[in-house]
Amino acid sequence: MAELKTGGRFKSAVCTAEIMVVSAPAGDVDLTCGGVAMLDSTSDAATGGEIHPDHAVGVAIGKRYINEEETLEVLCVKNGDGGLAVAGQLLLQKDTKKLPKTD
Amino acid sequence: MNVMMLLEMANAAFPERTAFTDGSSGESFTYAGLFEAARHRAASVRASGASRLVKLDVSNLATPLSLFSSAWAGVPFVPLNYRLTDVEIEALLKRVTPAYLVTQADRVATLGAVAEVNAVACADFLDAAQHSQAVEGEWSMDPDEVAVLLFTSGTTGEPKAAVLRHKHLVSYILSSVEFASASEEEASLVCVPPYHIAGIAAVMSSVYSGRHVVQLPNFTAPAWIQLARQHKVSSAFVVPTMLARIVEHLEAEGSETSDMPNLKSLAYGGGKMPLSVIEKAMKFFPNTDFSNAYGLTETSSTICVLGPDEHRETVASTDPLIRRRLVSVGRALPGVEIEIRDDEGKLLEAGGRGEIYVRGEQVSGEYEGRGSVTDAEGWFPTRDAGSMDEEGYLFLEGRADDVIVRGGENLSPGEIEDVMLTHPDVADVAVVGIPDEQWGEAVAAAVVAKPGASIDVDALKTMINEQLRSSRVPAVISVWPELPYNETGKLLRRVVKAELSQS
Repeated sequence: MAELKTGGRFKSAVCTAEIMVVSAPAGDVDLTCGGVAMLDSTSDAATGGEIHPDHAVGVAIGKRYINEEETLEVLCVKNGDGGLAVAGQLLLQKDTKKLPKTD
Repeated sequence: MNVMMLLEMANAAFPERTAFTDGSSGESFTYAGLFEAARHRAASVRASGASRLVKLDVSNLATPLSLFSSAWAGVPFVPLNYRLTDVEIEALLKRVTPAYLVTQADRVATLGAVAEVNAVACADFLDAAQHSQAVEGEWSMDPDEVAVLLFTSGTTGEPKAAVLRHKHLVSYILSSVEFASASEEEASLVCVPPYHIAGIAAVMSSVYSGRHVVQLPNFTAPAWIQLARQHKVSSAFVVPTMLARIVEHLEAEGSETSDMPNLKSLAYGGGKMPLSVIEKAMKFFPNTDFSNAYGLTETSSTICVLGPDEHRETVASTDPLIRRRLVSVGRALPGVEIEIRDDEGKLLEAGGRGEIYVRGEQVSGEYEGRGSVTDAEGWFPTRDAGSMDEEGYLFLEGRADDVIVRGGENLSPGEIEDVMLTHPDVADVAVVGIPDEQWGEAVAAAVVAKPGASIDVDALKTMINEQLRSSRVPAVISVWPELPYNETGKLLRRVVKAELSQS
């Protein structure tokens, strides 16, 4: 469990994935990758271990992931084999709306 | 949150792609090359003890390298306007010391003599052999750190330094650009100056989308056309005066089309686009998507866009209310809210003219030494005047300070200008208020005739009087060969006002 602040960066304990928090609800959030709690990106805690088979959907760089309530949104900044989840519920990949490019 | 994250992701996903090409030297950076160079320059900046990285030169490869190495080093990036006088430049430089200054070779000796300025020529900054140390570890994740300090043009008093934090710039990119959305063949021609917010936004959005940037340091229409064809440019941003010059040049070439089949999108902004220019441009670039962008330094660039489909729909429409939207700046980007308020700060109904207020995560509204000017709910008063129609299309009416107060009545220069521009002999017009004993201010206009046409002032007044109330008919109409614009296409209204006040 960790408090997720906008701009905060977390890494997976079981794969190479890293994410940045785009928006998050107040209070502690049980954010996992591959079924294991994510670590602060600057953490020295040991990584390794197995990805839970139900959480092996993977994450892709540049994609956004949201919970069903759309209260949490994260951006994947490094690819990984684990899937993201909050309290055991896998996050969904967010559809992006194409905007006209202006700069 | 840090703008370095944008380059980190590009370097991870497509390291070998060409990121930036200097259009004048032809030299390039790949994403991996730029990332590694930033790691080394960040070490040089830190070793210098500077608290700011200042860049004073035209657009070149040192532009993106300065932006990203300052972000990695954890110091604000300060691009300065190289068109200012030496005295003005020194005064600004003294406000941002201790500084690591990246500049033209012939300025290194003089500006390096300023106390607490470590001056380096662009060529030396780019020379890898002179930067052997590399930063260990990553950049700061603190979203509240300052990423960029941008001096406003300072037309009224001392220039203010707008503060843009990493959270503002990254929010802008994440809400407006999809990661890796550009294909390897796509190239963007960037001709806005590097000290302009649009120049900084162009660096960040191109990196995040993976689009190759071709830099044009000094805009001329022939150079722009030549580079666009040579590099098969697929997108570009221009200010209205640049588009006018490009269209004029293509007309003079005698060609039917622009001969730029790869140019998929052309965005413009930074000033009012004359209807005649955009209509002609759409004929020269029949397969190009046009977008009109509106934004400010204090809002991390674009907040409003009139997209390509809206351009086509408005041009094709016979409904004057829809057709009018072609001269609007479109609607707010996702995550951005816009309101029009009156002098007392009260929200106006659709169609009401007042001051434009904006709110959103990309909005900073903060100046160094003065703090934030946003209100308690986060709304930033832009000082731009405008109106919004029922469907949220925003129309700019000049600066709020430009409103003419004649006998207690507030008159919008934009409304009068729009009517005058419909006259077949009028190419360009600026309406300002001049001092008047009877009314406080009187309406005055400077007009430019179309090539080969001459302007009958009385007939023009009659035409205005047929469409607007008599209080809006200019008391003075002066015919000029051209109107004064600055290099980024902003009409210098104070110059017009000063000259017309004397006559």
